[in-house]
Amino acid sequence: MSEMDIHKLTGAYAMDALDELERARFEQHLATCEDCRAEVAELRETAALLSETVAVPPPAALRDSVLAGISQIRPLAPEVTASPSRHADRPAARGRGWMPFLVAAALALIVGVGALVTQPWAPSDDVQRLTAAEQVLQAPDAQSVSVDLGEAGNATLTRSKSQDRAVITTEDMASAPSGKDYELWFIDGDTFVSAGLMPDEPDQTVVLDGSAGAAAAVGITVEPDGGSTQPTSDPIAVFDLTEAT
Amino acid sequence: MDHVRPVPDGAPEGAPSGGNPAQLADLLRQAALGDEAAFAAFYDATSARAYGLALRVVRNPAHAEEVTQEAYLDAWRSSTRYDAGRGSAVGWLLTIVHRKAVDRIRSVEAATSRDETWNRETAPTDHDQTSEAAHASLDAARVRSAVATLTDVQRQAVELTYFGGYTHTEVATLLDVPLGTAKTRIRDGLIRLRDLMGVAS
Repeated sequence: MSEMDIHKLTGAYAMDALDELERARFEQHLATCEDCRAEVAELRETAALLSETVAVPPPAALRDSVLAGISQIRPLAPEVTASPSRHADRPAARGRGWMPFLVAAALALIVGVGALVTQPWAPSDDVQRLTAAEQVLQAPDAQSVSVDLGEAGNATLTRSKSQDRAVITTEDMASAPSGKDYELWFIDGDTFVSAGLMPDEPDQTVVLDGSAGAAAAVGITVEPDGGSTQPTSDPIAVFDLTEAT
Repeated sequence: MDHVRPVPDGAPEGAPSGGNPAQLADLLRQAALGDEAAFAAFYDATSARAYGLALRVVRNPAHAEEVTQEAYLDAWRSSTRYDAGRGSAVGWLLTIVHRKAVDRIRSVEAATSRDETWNRETAPTDHDQTSEAAHASLDAARVRSAVATLTDVQRQAVELTYFGGYTHTEVATLLDVPLGTAKTRIRDGLIRLRDLMGVAS
Protein backbone atom coordinates (compact mmCIF):
# COMPACT_ATOMS: atom_id res chain seq x y z
CA MET A 1 0.00 0.00 0.00
CA SER A 2 1.33 3.41 -0.91
CA GLU A 3 1.80 6.12 1.65
CA MET A 4 -1.01 8.05 -0.03
CA ASP A 5 -3.44 5.23 0.51
CA ILE A 6 -2.62 4.45 4.07
CA HIS A 7 -3.81 7.87 5.24
CA LYS A 8 -7.26 6.97 4.00
CA LEU A 9 -7.57 4.19 6.53
CA THR A 10 -8.25 6.62 9.39
CA GLY A 11 -12.02 6.15 9.13
CA ALA A 12 -11.92 2.38 9.00
CA TYR A 13 -9.38 2.30 11.83
CA ALA A 14 -11.45 4.64 13.99
CA MET A 15 -14.39 2.26 13.64
CA ASP A 16 -12.40 -0.97 14.14
CA ALA A 17 -13.01 -2.01 10.55
CA LEU A 18 -9.48 -3.13 9.69
CA ASP A 19 -8.52 -6.76 9.90
CA GLU A 20 -5.76 -7.59 12.35
CA LEU A 21 -2.90 -7.30 9.89
CA GLU A 22 -4.09 -4.04 8.42
CA ARG A 23 -4.59 -2.73 11.91
CA ALA A 24 -1.08 -3.67 12.89
CA ARG A 25 0.31 -1.99 9.82
CA PHE A 26 -1.78 1.12 10.35
CA GLU A 27 -0.74 1.40 13.99
CA GLN A 28 2.83 1.37 12.79
CA HIS A 29 1.97 4.21 10.46
CA LEU A 30 0.15 6.12 13.21
CA ALA A 31 3.29 6.14 15.30
CA THR A 32 4.93 8.39 12.76
CA CYS A 33 1.99 10.31 11.28
CA GLU A 34 0.76 13.18 13.37
CA ASP A 35 -2.00 14.07 10.88
CA CYS A 36 -3.48 10.60 11.02
CA ARG A 37 -3.34 10.53 14.82
CA ALA A 38 -5.29 13.77 14.96
CA GLU A 39 -7.77 12.59 12.38
CA VAL A 40 -8.30 9.25 14.11
CA ALA A 41 -8.98 11.04 17.39
CA GLU A 42 -11.61 13.23 15.75
CA LEU A 43 -13.22 10.40 13.84
CA ARG A 44 -13.40 8.22 16.94
CA GLU A 45 -15.11 11.06 18.71
CA THR A 46 -17.49 11.39 15.79
CA ALA A 47 -18.23 7.67 15.62
CA ALA A 48 -18.96 7.70 19.34
CA LEU A 49 -21.66 10.29 18.69
CA LEU A 50 -23.50 7.72 16.59
CA SER A 51 -24.18 5.81 19.79
CA GLU A 52 -26.55 8.64 20.77
CA THR A 53 -29.04 7.12 18.39
CA VAL A 54 -28.98 3.65 19.92
CA ALA A 55 -28.78 4.40 23.65
CA VAL A 56 -30.61 1.85 25.79
CA PRO A 57 -30.50 1.84 29.59
CA PRO A 58 -28.82 -1.38 30.73
CA PRO A 59 -30.38 -3.75 33.25
CA ALA A 60 -29.87 -2.52 36.80
CA ALA A 61 -27.92 -5.64 37.72
CA LEU A 62 -25.14 -4.59 35.36
CA ARG A 63 -24.37 -1.56 37.52
CA ASP A 64 -23.97 -3.79 40.56
CA SER A 65 -21.64 -6.21 38.83
CA VAL A 66 -19.52 -3.41 37.37
CA LEU A 67 -19.16 -1.76 40.77
CA ALA A 68 -18.46 -5.09 42.45
CA GLY A 69 -15.87 -5.78 39.76
CA ILE A 70 -13.94 -2.53 40.09
CA SER A 71 -13.63 -2.90 43.83
CA GLN A 72 -11.31 -5.81 43.14
CA ILE A 73 -9.16 -4.11 40.53
CA ARG A 74 -6.45 -1.57 41.09
CA PRO A 75 -6.18 1.00 38.28
CA LEU A 76 -3.01 0.51 36.28
CA ALA A 77 0.08 2.45 37.14
CA PRO A 78 0.09 5.61 35.07
CA GLU A 79 2.44 5.91 32.14
CA VAL A 80 5.42 7.72 33.55
CA THR A 81 7.59 9.51 31.05
CA ALA A 82 10.72 11.28 32.17
CA SER A 83 10.54 13.55 29.17
CA PRO A 84 7.90 14.00 26.53
CA SER A 85 8.34 11.19 24.07
CA ARG A 86 6.56 10.49 20.87
CA HIS A 87 4.96 7.48 22.50
CA ALA A 88 3.31 9.59 25.11
CA ASP A 89 0.70 10.97 22.78
CA ARG A 90 -0.04 7.72 21.09
CA PRO A 91 -2.69 5.52 22.67
CA ALA A 92 -1.32 2.45 20.95
CA ALA A 93 1.91 2.89 22.89
CA ARG A 94 0.06 1.47 25.86
CA GLY A 95 0.96 -2.04 26.62
CA ARG A 96 2.82 -3.67 23.81
CA GLY A 97 3.93 -1.54 20.95
CA TRP A 98 6.46 -2.38 18.34
CA MET A 99 9.18 -0.25 19.83
CA PRO A 100 9.81 -1.22 23.42
CA PHE A 101 12.95 -3.25 23.42
CA LEU A 102 12.17 -4.98 26.68
CA VAL A 103 8.90 -6.31 25.37
CA ALA A 104 10.56 -7.66 22.26
CA ALA A 105 13.20 -9.25 24.45
CA ALA A 106 10.52 -10.85 26.61
CA LEU A 107 8.83 -12.29 23.55
CA ALA A 108 12.09 -13.64 22.26
CA LEU A 109 12.40 -15.33 25.63
CA ILE A 110 8.98 -16.97 25.23
CA VAL A 111 10.02 -18.45 21.92
CA GLY A 112 13.34 -19.40 23.42
CA VAL A 113 11.52 -21.37 26.06
CA GLY A 114 9.49 -23.04 23.34
CA ALA A 115 12.68 -24.10 21.65
CA LEU A 116 13.75 -25.77 24.90
CA VAL A 117 11.87 -28.82 23.83
CA THR A 118 14.85 -29.76 21.76
CA GLN A 119 17.50 -27.28 22.76
CA PRO A 120 19.02 -27.05 26.21
CA TRP A 121 18.89 -23.54 27.56
CA ALA A 122 22.28 -22.00 27.18
CA PRO A 123 23.76 -18.59 26.52
CA SER A 124 24.38 -19.76 22.99
CA ASP A 125 20.73 -20.58 22.52
CA ASP A 126 20.40 -18.16 19.65
CA VAL A 127 23.10 -19.88 17.73
CA GLN A 128 21.67 -23.29 18.44
CA ARG A 129 18.21 -22.17 17.43
CA LEU A 130 19.60 -20.89 14.17
CA THR A 131 21.34 -24.18 13.68
CA ALA A 132 18.13 -26.04 14.32
CA ALA A 133 16.43 -23.85 11.74
CA GLU A 134 19.22 -24.40 9.28
CA GLN A 135 18.99 -28.11 9.76
CA VAL A 136 15.38 -27.97 8.65
CA LEU A 137 15.95 -25.48 5.85
CA GLN A 138 18.84 -27.48 4.45
CA ALA A 139 17.33 -30.93 4.94
CA PRO A 140 17.19 -32.96 1.72
CA ASP A 141 13.45 -33.48 2.18
CA ALA A 142 12.68 -29.85 3.07
CA GLN A 143 9.51 -28.59 1.44
CA SER A 144 8.33 -24.99 1.46
CA VAL A 145 5.15 -23.07 0.92
CA SER A 146 4.96 -19.29 0.86
CA VAL A 147 2.07 -17.00 1.72
CA ASP A 148 1.91 -13.43 0.54
CA LEU A 149 0.38 -11.37 3.32
CA GLY A 150 0.00 -8.37 1.07
CA GLU A 151 0.72 -5.16 2.90
CA ALA A 152 1.73 -7.13 5.93
CA GLY A 153 4.76 -8.77 4.33
CA ASN A 154 5.21 -12.39 3.47
CA ALA A 155 6.09 -15.65 5.14
CA THR A 156 7.47 -19.00 4.12
CA LEU A 157 6.94 -22.24 5.98
CA THR A 158 9.49 -25.01 5.48
CA ARG A 159 9.06 -28.50 6.83
CA SER A 160 11.35 -31.47 6.94
CA LYS A 161 9.54 -34.73 7.66
CA SER A 162 12.79 -36.49 8.48
CA GLN A 163 13.60 -33.81 11.07
CA ASP A 164 9.97 -33.71 12.21
CA ARG A 165 10.37 -29.96 12.41
CA ALA A 166 9.06 -26.87 10.67
CA VAL A 167 10.53 -23.41 10.35
CA ILE A 168 8.81 -20.17 9.53
CA THR A 169 10.68 -17.37 7.82
CA THR A 170 9.10 -13.96 7.57
CA GLU A 171 9.99 -10.89 5.57
CA ASP A 172 8.81 -7.43 6.40
CA MET A 173 5.97 -8.79 8.48
CA ALA A 174 3.82 -6.24 10.32
CA SER A 175 3.82 -6.42 14.11
CA ALA A 176 0.84 -7.99 15.81
CA PRO A 177 -1.65 -5.32 16.92
CA SER A 178 -1.08 -3.89 20.36
CA GLY A 179 -2.19 -6.32 23.04
CA LYS A 180 -2.01 -9.25 20.64
CA ASP A 181 0.45 -11.93 19.61
CA TYR A 182 0.80 -14.04 16.52
CA GLU A 183 0.41 -17.69 17.38
CA LEU A 184 1.42 -20.59 15.17
CA TRP A 185 -0.66 -23.75 14.85
CA PHE A 186 -0.24 -27.19 13.41
CA ILE A 187 -3.50 -27.97 11.67
CA ASP A 188 -4.84 -31.39 10.91
CA GLY A 189 -8.48 -31.30 9.82
CA ASP A 190 -10.32 -29.45 12.57
CA THR A 191 -7.56 -29.98 15.09
CA PHE A 192 -5.31 -27.05 15.99
CA VAL A 193 -2.23 -27.69 18.07
CA SER A 194 -0.31 -24.67 19.24
CA ALA A 195 3.20 -24.39 17.83
CA GLY A 196 4.16 -21.38 19.90
CA LEU A 197 4.15 -17.62 19.55
CA MET A 198 6.01 -15.63 16.96
CA PRO A 199 8.44 -12.98 18.13
CA ASP A 200 7.61 -9.45 17.16
CA GLU A 201 10.20 -8.96 14.44
CA PRO A 202 9.59 -8.12 10.80
CA ASP A 203 12.26 -10.53 9.59
CA GLN A 204 12.69 -13.72 11.50
CA THR A 205 13.38 -17.40 11.28
CA VAL A 206 11.68 -19.45 13.94
CA VAL A 207 11.54 -23.17 14.58
CA LEU A 208 7.98 -24.16 15.39
CA ASP A 209 7.36 -25.71 18.72
CA GLY A 210 6.39 -29.36 18.44
CA SER A 211 6.25 -32.25 16.06
CA ALA A 212 5.71 -31.13 12.46
CA GLY A 213 5.95 -34.39 10.57
CA ALA A 214 2.26 -35.20 10.38
CA ALA A 215 0.74 -31.72 10.09
CA ALA A 216 -1.38 -31.11 7.00
CA ALA A 217 -1.06 -27.36 7.36
CA VAL A 218 0.30 -24.60 9.55
CA GLY A 219 -1.70 -21.50 10.40
CA ILE A 220 -1.07 -18.15 12.03
CA THR A 221 -3.75 -16.49 14.15
CA VAL A 222 -3.86 -13.26 16.11
CA GLU A 223 -4.37 -14.05 19.78
CA PRO A 224 -4.52 -12.06 23.00
CA ASP A 225 -1.10 -11.38 24.48
CA GLY A 226 0.50 -14.59 25.67
CA GLY A 227 -1.37 -16.79 23.22
CA SER A 228 -4.31 -19.17 23.55
CA THR A 229 -4.68 -22.91 23.89
CA GLN A 230 -7.10 -22.93 20.96
CA PRO A 231 -7.43 -20.29 18.25
CA THR A 232 -9.94 -17.54 19.02
CA SER A 233 -9.97 -16.10 15.52
CA ASP A 234 -9.68 -17.20 11.93
CA PRO A 235 -6.13 -17.71 10.68
CA ILE A 236 -4.58 -14.73 8.91
CA ALA A 237 -2.44 -17.15 6.94
CA VAL A 238 -2.57 -20.87 6.25
CA PHE A 239 0.35 -22.82 4.80
CA ASP A 240 -1.01 -25.87 3.04
CA LEU A 241 1.75 -28.42 3.43
CA THR A 242 0.08 -30.82 1.04
CA GLU A 243 1.00 -28.32 -1.64
CA ALA A 244 4.52 -27.65 -0.41
CA THR A 245 7.27 -28.10 -2.94
CA MET B 1 -7.50 16.32 2.84
CA ASP B 2 -9.76 17.83 0.20
CA HIS B 3 -12.80 16.45 1.98
CA VAL B 4 -12.27 18.43 5.11
CA ARG B 5 -14.63 21.28 5.49
CA PRO B 6 -14.21 24.10 7.92
CA VAL B 7 -16.08 23.64 11.15
CA PRO B 8 -19.08 25.96 11.04
CA ASP B 9 -19.04 28.83 13.45
CA GLY B 10 -21.23 28.39 16.46
CA ALA B 11 -21.44 24.65 15.94
CA PRO B 12 -22.73 22.84 18.98
CA GLU B 13 -20.20 21.25 21.26
CA GLY B 14 -19.03 18.10 19.55
CA ALA B 15 -18.40 15.96 22.57
CA PRO B 16 -21.00 13.28 23.12
CA SER B 17 -23.70 13.98 25.62
CA GLY B 18 -24.79 11.99 28.61
CA GLY B 19 -23.15 14.40 30.98
CA ASN B 20 -21.05 17.48 30.81
CA PRO B 21 -17.78 16.53 29.08
CA ALA B 22 -15.58 18.37 31.56
CA GLN B 23 -17.46 16.78 34.43
CA LEU B 24 -17.07 13.30 32.98
CA ALA B 25 -13.35 13.82 32.48
CA ASP B 26 -13.15 14.90 36.11
CA LEU B 27 -15.00 11.82 37.28
CA LEU B 28 -12.56 9.64 35.37
CA ARG B 29 -9.61 11.46 36.90
CA GLN B 30 -11.04 10.83 40.36
CA ALA B 31 -11.65 7.19 39.45
CA ALA B 32 -7.98 6.95 38.52
CA LEU B 33 -7.24 7.86 42.13
CA GLY B 34 -9.38 4.96 43.28
CA ASP B 35 -12.66 6.82 43.83
CA GLU B 36 -15.34 4.19 43.21
CA ALA B 37 -18.21 6.62 43.79
CA ALA B 38 -16.85 8.84 41.03
CA PHE B 39 -16.72 5.85 38.74
CA ALA B 40 -20.31 4.97 39.66
CA ALA B 41 -21.34 8.49 38.65
CA PHE B 42 -19.38 8.07 35.42
CA TYR B 43 -21.21 4.81 34.82
CA ASP B 44 -24.59 6.40 35.44
CA ALA B 45 -23.90 9.16 32.96
CA THR B 46 -22.61 6.90 30.18
CA SER B 47 -24.05 3.41 30.59
CA ALA B 48 -27.10 3.85 28.32
CA ARG B 49 -24.85 4.72 25.42
CA ALA B 50 -22.27 2.08 26.24
CA TYR B 51 -24.82 -0.68 26.62
CA GLY B 52 -26.90 0.54 23.66
CA LEU B 53 -23.84 0.48 21.44
CA ALA B 54 -22.80 -2.98 22.61
CA LEU B 55 -26.32 -4.25 22.10
CA ARG B 56 -26.54 -2.74 18.64
CA VAL B 57 -23.32 -4.43 17.58
CA VAL B 58 -23.56 -7.84 19.24
CA ARG B 59 -27.40 -8.07 19.18
CA ASN B 60 -27.63 -10.54 22.02
CA PRO B 61 -28.56 -8.83 25.33
CA ALA B 62 -26.56 -11.24 27.49
CA HIS B 63 -23.48 -10.77 25.30
CA ALA B 64 -24.04 -7.02 25.29
CA GLU B 65 -24.03 -7.01 29.08
CA GLU B 66 -20.78 -8.95 29.17
CA VAL B 67 -19.16 -6.67 26.65
CA THR B 68 -20.32 -3.60 28.54
CA GLN B 69 -19.10 -4.94 31.85
CA GLU B 70 -15.70 -5.86 30.42
CA ALA B 71 -15.44 -2.41 28.88
CA TYR B 72 -16.18 -0.65 32.17
CA LEU B 73 -13.73 -2.83 34.05
CA ASP B 74 -11.13 -1.98 31.42
CA ALA B 75 -12.02 1.69 31.67
CA TRP B 76 -11.55 1.58 35.44
CA ARG B 77 -8.28 -0.30 35.09
CA SER B 78 -6.90 2.10 32.52
CA SER B 79 -8.51 5.26 33.90
CA THR B 80 -4.99 6.28 34.89
CA ARG B 81 -4.07 6.36 31.21
CA TYR B 82 -6.95 8.54 30.08
CA ASP B 83 -5.73 11.87 28.78
CA ALA B 84 -8.40 14.56 28.44
CA GLY B 85 -6.18 16.26 25.89
CA ARG B 86 -6.75 13.42 23.47
CA GLY B 87 -10.52 13.32 23.51
CA SER B 88 -13.68 13.23 25.57
CA ALA B 89 -14.09 10.70 28.37
CA VAL B 90 -17.22 9.21 26.87
CA GLY B 91 -15.57 8.98 23.44
CA TRP B 92 -12.70 7.15 25.08
CA LEU B 93 -15.08 4.76 26.85
CA LEU B 94 -17.10 4.08 23.71
CA THR B 95 -13.92 3.32 21.77
CA ILE B 96 -13.27 0.57 24.30
CA VAL B 97 -16.86 -0.66 24.13
CA HIS B 98 -16.85 -0.76 20.34
CA ARG B 99 -13.53 -2.58 20.14
CA LYS B 100 -14.76 -5.21 22.57
CA ALA B 101 -18.09 -5.60 20.81
CA VAL B 102 -16.39 -6.06 17.47
CA ASP B 103 -13.89 -8.52 18.95
CA ARG B 104 -16.80 -10.43 20.37
CA ILE B 105 -18.73 -10.83 17.13
CA ARG B 106 -15.60 -11.64 15.16
CA SER B 107 -14.49 -14.32 17.58
CA VAL B 108 -17.99 -15.80 17.74
CA GLU B 109 -17.95 -15.76 13.97
CA ALA B 110 -14.68 -17.60 13.84
CA ALA B 111 -16.46 -20.52 15.48
CA THR B 112 -19.89 -20.25 13.94
CA SER B 113 -21.17 -18.43 10.93
CA ARG B 114 -23.09 -15.25 11.26
CA ASP B 115 -26.82 -15.73 10.91
CA GLU B 116 -27.59 -12.09 10.52
CA THR B 117 -28.15 -10.68 7.10
CA TRP B 118 -26.76 -7.42 6.01
CA ASN B 119 -30.21 -6.29 5.02
CA ARG B 120 -31.08 -6.01 8.64
CA GLU B 121 -28.10 -3.77 9.08
CA THR B 122 -29.15 -1.38 6.41
CA ALA B 123 -32.92 -1.42 6.65
CA PRO B 124 -33.96 2.12 7.41
CA THR B 125 -36.41 0.90 10.02
CA ASP B 126 -33.65 -0.81 11.91
CA HIS B 127 -32.65 2.30 13.76
CA ASP B 128 -36.17 2.87 14.91
CA GLN B 129 -36.56 -0.69 16.11
CA THR B 130 -33.35 -0.54 18.03
CA SER B 131 -34.02 2.79 19.55
CA GLU B 132 -37.55 2.20 20.69
CA ALA B 133 -36.21 2.27 24.17
CA ALA B 134 -33.60 4.85 23.33
CA HIS B 135 -33.40 8.12 25.07
CA ALA B 136 -35.26 10.63 23.03
CA SER B 137 -32.65 13.29 23.22
CA LEU B 138 -31.89 16.37 21.26
CA ASP B 139 -28.45 14.98 20.65
CA ALA B 140 -29.85 11.85 19.08
CA ALA B 141 -32.02 13.98 16.83
CA ARG B 142 -29.03 16.10 15.88
CA VAL B 143 -26.96 13.02 15.07
CA ARG B 144 -29.80 11.52 13.04
CA SER B 145 -30.26 14.62 11.00
CA ALA B 146 -26.54 14.76 10.30
CA VAL B 147 -26.59 11.11 9.24
CA ALA B 148 -29.54 11.89 6.97
CA THR B 149 -27.37 14.28 4.95
CA LEU B 150 -24.94 11.53 3.97
CA THR B 151 -25.22 9.91 0.58
CA ASP B 152 -26.81 6.46 0.69
CA VAL B 153 -23.51 4.74 0.15
CA GLN B 154 -21.76 6.82 2.81
CA ARG B 155 -24.51 6.14 5.30
CA GLN B 156 -24.57 2.42 4.57
CA ALA B 157 -20.81 2.21 4.74
CA VAL B 158 -20.66 4.03 8.08
CA GLU B 159 -23.53 2.06 9.61
CA LEU B 160 -22.32 -1.33 8.42
CA THR B 161 -18.93 -0.51 9.82
CA TYR B 162 -19.85 1.01 13.15
CA PHE B 163 -23.06 -0.81 14.03
CA GLY B 164 -22.60 -3.90 11.89
CA GLY B 165 -19.01 -4.41 13.01
CA TYR B 166 -17.96 -5.43 9.51
CA THR B 167 -14.47 -4.84 8.19
CA HIS B 168 -14.03 -2.46 5.29
CA THR B 169 -13.31 -5.43 3.03
CA GLU B 170 -16.61 -7.00 4.07
CA VAL B 171 -18.40 -3.69 3.61
CA ALA B 172 -17.03 -3.44 0.07
CA THR B 173 -18.40 -6.91 -0.68
CA LEU B 174 -21.77 -6.19 0.92
CA LEU B 175 -22.18 -2.96 -1.01
CA ASP B 176 -20.67 -4.46 -4.14
CA VAL B 177 -18.15 -1.67 -4.57
CA PRO B 178 -14.35 -1.83 -4.92
CA LEU B 179 -12.40 -1.82 -1.65
CA GLY B 180 -10.96 1.60 -2.42
CA THR B 181 -14.46 2.98 -2.79
CA ALA B 182 -15.60 1.45 0.49
CA LYS B 183 -12.57 2.92 2.26
CA THR B 184 -13.30 6.34 0.83
CA ARG B 185 -17.02 6.21 1.64
CA ILE B 186 -16.34 5.19 5.22
CA ARG B 187 -13.87 8.01 5.72
CA ASP B 188 -15.81 10.63 3.78
CA GLY B 189 -18.97 9.76 5.65
CA LEU B 190 -17.31 10.13 9.03
CA ILE B 191 -15.56 13.32 8.03
CA ARG B 192 -18.84 14.80 6.89
CA LEU B 193 -20.46 13.88 10.21
CA ARG B 194 -17.49 15.30 12.06
CA ASP B 195 -17.83 18.62 10.26
CA LEU B 196 -21.60 18.78 10.62
CA MET B 197 -21.44 18.07 14.30
CA GLY B 198 -18.49 20.31 14.94
CA VAL B 199 -16.20 17.70 16.42
CA ALA B 200 -12.76 19.21 16.67
CA SER B 201 -9.71 17.90 18.37
